[in-house]
Amino acid sequence: MSSPLSRLKFITILVVILGAACGELSDTNSVKNLRKQELTIYAAASLAEAFTRLGEVFESSHPNVEVVISFAGSQQIAQQLSQGAPGDLFASANAKQMENVISAGRVMSGADQELIQNQLMIILPGDNPGEIAGVRDLIKPGLRLILADKTVPVGLYSQEMLERANQQIGFGEDYKEKVLGNVVSYEENVRAVLTKITLGEADAGIVYVSDAAGAQGEDIRMIPIPEEINVTASYYIAPLRDSSEKDLGLDFIALVLSPEGQDILNGYGFMKLGQNE
Amino acid sequence: MSGLWRVLSLPMLIFLSLPILALFLRISPADLLENLRQPEVLQAIALSLGTTLISTMIIILAGTPLAYSQARGQFRFSRLVDTLIDLPLVLPPAVAGVALLMAFGRRGILGGVLDDLGIHIAFTPIAVIIVQVFVAAPFYIKSAALGFSNIDQELEQSAALDGASSPQIFRFLTIPLSWSALLVGSVMSWARALGEFGATIIFAGNFPGRTQTMPLAIYIGFELNLDIAITLSVILILLSFLALFVAKYILNRDWMSS
Repeated sequence: MSSPLSRLKFITILVVILGAACGELSDTNSVKNLRKQELTIYAAASLAEAFTRLGEVFESSHPNVEVVISFAGSQQIAQQLSQGAPGDLFASANAKQMENVISAGRVMSGADQELIQNQLMIILPGDNPGEIAGVRDLIKPGLRLILADKTVPVGLYSQEMLERANQQIGFGEDYKEKVLGNVVSYEENVRAVLTKITLGEADAGIVYVSDAAGAQGEDIRMIPIPEEINVTASYYIAPLRDSSEKDLGLDFIALVLSPEGQDILNGYGFMKLGQNE
Repeated sequence: MSGLWRVLSLPMLIFLSLPILALFLRISPADLLENLRQPEVLQAIALSLGTTLISTMIIILAGTPLAYSQARGQFRFSRLVDTLIDLPLVLPPAVAGVALLMAFGRRGILGGVLDDLGIHIAFTPIAVIIVQVFVAAPFYIKSAALGFSNIDQELEQSAALDGASSPQIFRFLTIPLSWSALLVGSVMSWARALGEFGATIIFAGNFPGRTQTMPLAIYIGFELNLDIAITLSVILILLSFLALFVAKYILNRDWMSS
């Protein structure tokens, strides 16, 4: 049994150690505060790799800055921002979620700019279990298709693409209906669609061209969607109204819109602004 | 002194009940009833009730033998087995979801074989049930094992001496004597299954009427229609509260009588 004295000793030692640890922590923190500024960015899940790279480029030209990026479905971020999440920049995968944040008062109306464009693509597991050769095969009976939910930008774009196919000769008026009949799951973000196709859980999915490009090396196949029915997704970026690093935020936007930034994004499968015209 | 303790306990009590209260204040009973008529709300409720009923039955049927052997047997690996049973309680739901995909997904250890036989699990209500059984079974097994181990083994032994077969002993002695523990365990498992979310969205996907249970409908729906999310939340809270309250009532009555 431990005597009261040894217990007291133990507690004393513990307090001393904890105190030392706390002291050390606050020391490094204060040094950090002197040295580092933080730029907090909320970005659409589809921008993950490209923005991580852009963050590194930004840090190398701004040695005192640490770029912190939170990636999620744009609709999720819009909710978080509307509820008051603090930060400096918001990059949305569509205009709608940017508008939601503007109407919540977190971004000044007119402060948002078009950032980059993207298009849709069909992805399949490497062994193509559904034997799909083109967009028209998405109506094959019994096919297991995954889309993003219509609350997610890419999910809305997918529905729009199917709608456009309905208007085209050669697809048939019930094309959309038949394709939607094959949907087995509406995922919460575009990366969940990609992951489940990579795992071979379903026969086909619709994602952004940039997601498919980023998954090269994985065991998946890609099938392009013809230009006449494909949808061009416009991404938007804006500084948050109550950002504490306004100048840094504008610097980052300038980088993203510069030829260098657009080239980096293009390298991840995005379409540069104006490329489509 | 007890007055002081009560005062000091108020902050935590208020903290725990305020969010629940806020949910209920956010929606009027009339709106609640109106939203209840929406097809997607009804679909989610029906799917949740149906799948949790089946998963709870599976948990009872397959969990009882495990609980009994845990309570009776002092076999070599019983501590290891006990820890394995506890594991789903502490696993992050995302881990459970990914693990289930690796086992029962189309390319999984078992899922591949089943898929060749034409049995599809992913994206069906079966997947929802599998997730629920995985995450909720420990509650029943722990409670049942505790109930079984509280029974005096001499009772079972003397019944056996009197010529009772072991199914008879189990049916007429063991089950009646551990009845409340089994019921409480079932209720707790059911409530946990009802609230399951993270592993479901990963393993079973999200499709209204097929795999979109109440928690998934709340998560997906709250960006589209907050009122529907609140309606489903209120129903979920009422059901869970009722379940927990019943379980506690049974436990309490049992303690009083023993």
